[in-house]
Amino acid sequence: MSSTRALVADAIPASCVDGPGNRYVLFLQGCSFDCLACHNPQTICTRSTPSTRWASIEQILHEVVAAAPFLSGVTVSGGEATLQWRFVLELFERLREHDATRRLSRLVDSNGDADPAVWDALTPAMEGAMIDLKALDAEVHRFLTARGNERVLASLRHLDELDRLTEVRLLVVPGVNDSADQLARTAEWLLHLHTVPPVKVLAFRHAGTRGVARRLREATDDDVERAVATLAATGLVAQSCSS
Amino acid sequence: MTPDDREQIGRGVRAIVDDPTLTYRQRVQALAIAAENVLDSPKVSPECAAALEERVICDMYEGAAPYRPRYTLPDYDLALRQGSRFLELDPPRTFDDATTFLLAMYANVPSITGYPVWFGDLDRLLEPFAADLDDDELHQRLRRFWVLLDRLFPDAFAHANLGPADGRVVRAALAVHREVRQVVPNLTLRVDPAITPDDLVLDAMRTVAAVAQPHLVNHPLLVRDLGERYGVVSCYNSLPVAGGAHTLVRLNLAAAARHHTGPAARFTADTLAWYVELAAELMEARIRHLVDDAGFFDHSWLVREGLLSLDRFTAMFGVVGLAECVGHLLDLDGRPGRYGHDDHADELAHEIVRSLSMMVEDRPMPYCEATDGHALLHSQAGLESDVGVTAGTRIPVGSEPPLYRHLQTVAPNHAFFPSGVSDIVRLDDTVAHNLQAAVDIAKGSMSLGMRDVTFELAGGEFVRITGYLARRSDIAQVIDGEPDTVRHSSSTLAAGSFVHAHLDDRTAQRVRSHELDAGARR
Repeated sequence: MSSTRALVADAIPASCVDGPGNRYVLFLQGCSFDCLACHNPQTICTRSTPSTRWASIEQILHEVVAAAPFLSGVTVSGGEATLQWRFVLELFERLREHDATRRLSRLVDSNGDADPAVWDALTPAMEGAMIDLKALDAEVHRFLTARGNERVLASLRHLDELDRLTEVRLLVVPGVNDSADQLARTAEWLLHLHTVPPVKVLAFRHAGTRGVARRLREATDDDVERAVATLAATGLVAQSCSS
Repeated sequence: MTPDDREQIGRGVRAIVDDPTLTYRQRVQALAIAAENVLDSPKVSPECAAALEERVICDMYEGAAPYRPRYTLPDYDLALRQGSRFLELDPPRTFDDATTFLLAMYANVPSITGYPVWFGDLDRLLEPFAADLDDDELHQRLRRFWVLLDRLFPDAFAHANLGPADGRVVRAALAVHREVRQVVPNLTLRVDPAITPDDLVLDAMRTVAAVAQPHLVNHPLLVRDLGERYGVVSCYNSLPVAGGAHTLVRLNLAAAARHHTGPAARFTADTLAWYVELAAELMEARIRHLVDDAGFFDHSWLVREGLLSLDRFTAMFGVVGLAECVGHLLDLDGRPGRYGHDDHADELAHEIVRSLSMMVEDRPMPYCEATDGHALLHSQAGLESDVGVTAGTRIPVGSEPPLYRHLQTVAPNHAFFPSGVSDIVRLDDTVAHNLQAAVDIAKGSMSLGMRDVTFELAGGEFVRITGYLARRSDIAQVIDGEPDTVRHSSSTLAAGSFVHAHLDDRTAQRVRSHELDAGARR
């Protein structure tokens, strides 16, 4: 029995929007960013709240085993998954060892604000990471997340070197991070990676966000399609994640 | 016949002749049934007749004087190899010859609906003829064939089978099916994890996302129960090829439970056994009429040419209303529970199904040599007139539990229904962007022992009714009573089911979307 526990915001036994195939998704509580556009702001706080629970490795393993026949894999998301990376590592190791879960792919969904050493530690037990890139420009990133993006860009480069960069996600916030110029430079930056990752474009929506985000305009299907087209024109593999 | 009888029959015939919403062919079919029903039904005991009158047991309105089997599965493979004297056709040599041959044969297959219920294993049948065609030629020819299947046999019970092996014809068929957006043919893909590549299942899911077809069957399980030569026909009915089912009689478990007094534990031994015997009596009388009196197997050209044979036939023992049956029995016991939601309700449901299976296997049935001299249990997918009774062993529409719970509740039933069982899972349309998720769920379901997996996507134009499909636009036309516009006789039935069974309330299983889920709430 492991004594490692995680502060959990939520767990969903069937998701088709957190990586390839049907996935069990664990949302860990707590995030290092304070994104304006966050649609789950209650998961930002790093302390326990009435809506969180402490879960052991065994509890999560038990839930995954029950769902395993229906799954392609497991995704740990958040909040920010890497804030509790020791738990993620141990969970992934246990999933890799267990007969019922061995075949499942193990992915992390992250804001990229993690130390390279964290990715080094996770790499042996993790198939890959899906990283959100809120903006390539530092000041736009700061506006959207209240933090700089140096660590995010470093994570993208490092995961690329480790061959663990599964997907990059771009959230389109109209008028903020979707100018043709920004998108073109973002594409350029990604195209310089060793293995160019597929890009998924998400639409900013008001649902779930806090009041201040309501001043930003929601992304329409047209906004998303325009962003996809701009990115695809550079040679990136880009698609929208409609919902 | 009294003058009153004569007048009543006349009124019925007049109503058909004057009905502007029926096409010419639909009127002819209805008139034939009206004529058949002038005759007395095969004789049964007063108890059996009373249970039929009350519709605890039901003959599915097949007609009073069975003169053709309910479901026939001609051996198309043999016919293509040997040609047909009756049809005056030599064995085909080209793709076009083969499809022409098959269309001619379909037009001469007897059935209850007036249309064939089975088009055969189309990919296996046509693959040898496709070798000389390039992909484009194959697609164009198959598309024309597909259009004719729908226009010549406008009935969504008419069913084609594909798989389990990959091939050019199955791929082309799925592509054509996505293109033509027809409800005919009803479509099944056989899936064998050892043979069927994931990519073919994914292609099937792409087709489901577009037109809510095909549904999937667990090939190894069907082979175990029926042997290699089986077909899936009409609404999820799996039966021997070169044979079929003489008849389908069904028992309404909910109605049977309402006749039960005493503890739930006594239901199967006391009440259920009684009604199983009455249903079996009705079935036996109808089979004897078909075989002994009407002499179908003595005169059919399909029998004469070896394409059907009596020793490949069986009969289907259908059940409906398990959910309501369980609810009623638990109420009687003073420990309420709902099938699909409470473990003790699920346990009782599974126990009833196990008992039914044993009773049906133990009851000898004439002319069912293909299945060891007994009928096959079937979870019947419903009739358009059903109100307040859930199809087969499904969980009631609108009260489906979360996805895994749903599948884990129904999966244990599937082993006991060799002639077919179906549970429809409506997936949230976000899954259309990640169809591998649907493949995962389908494969997981089969690994739990499910015989049949049917998905539909919420909000689509195509709605699965009992086991067949209808288009929303056609249903609307039927409800509006527009004259002579709806080609598919099945769409008329669909409109009834759609209203009576509240099919649009099926719970869409949320395979979560980013926007809808606000995280830590449950």
